[in-house]
Amino acid sequence: MPTMEFPGRYDSLEKIAELVQQAAQELGLDSCAAYAVETAVDEACSNIIEHAYGGEDKGNIELTYSIEGNELLITLRDNGKRFNPKRVSPPNLNAPLKNRQAHGLGLFFMRQWMDEIRFERVKGYNVLTMVKRKGHTT
Amino acid sequence: MELNHTEFKRCDVVSIQGRVDSATAPKLAEKLNDITRASRFRIVLDLAGMDFISSAGLRVLIGTQKACKRYNRGEVVLSAVPPTIMASLELAGFTPLFKIFEDKTAAVGNF
Repeated sequence: MPTMEFPGRYDSLEKIAELVQQAAQELGLDSCAAYAVETAVDEACSNIIEHAYGGEDKGNIELTYSIEGNELLITLRDNGKRFNPKRVSPPNLNAPLKNRQAHGLGLFFMRQWMDEIRFERVKGYNVLTMVKRKGHTT
Repeated sequence: MELNHTEFKRCDVVSIQGRVDSATAPKLAEKLNDITRASRFRIVLDLAGMDFISSAGLRVLIGTQKACKRYNRGEVVLSAVPPTIMASLELAGFTPLFKIFEDKTAAVGNF
């Protein structure tokens, strides 16, 4: 169960993506499913830096992944501000261009493209667990 | 992320290579703002070499499209969109907001 810690900076996102691609390859996810996981993790980490930490270099992001049967489990941990996903309003995907807001898309991507997603607060840490199943179309 | 900008008489072509995420989206926004500040509003974004786009990159696309379409002075069109990037655009509900062309030549021909 590999665990790696990354500085909470946007330039960590590329290194995080490389680790996620490696995990997806270990499970044997196809390129579309691997891209979906890469997106979900990127959005989650961007949210941690922007919202939980309120900026870069305020804390670390710990990523753990494991493969169990046909599932890839990814856990992200940060000790930033408590995150309440209920306070993020869903994006309006049908609004005309002039009213289109591109906020809330990150969380929407995570929900749409992962098979399970769970937010918890454990001993002062935000713990986000995401699951992607092989052969499960989203 | 690498950007290549070519200015044509009737439009500007920006080829985007690599990853557009929260780290690189500001650089893309800066490039596109430079173009619109020069009163050039007909822009082709060639995505043939794009590996990844996150919502931070999608926000740049939508912001630039709003600026270009204002007063009917132009628009942003996309070309050579890889399948994974297309999946992101579709999920975000962006495909009705951008004309999408097979390749750069067809996109330039639109203007």
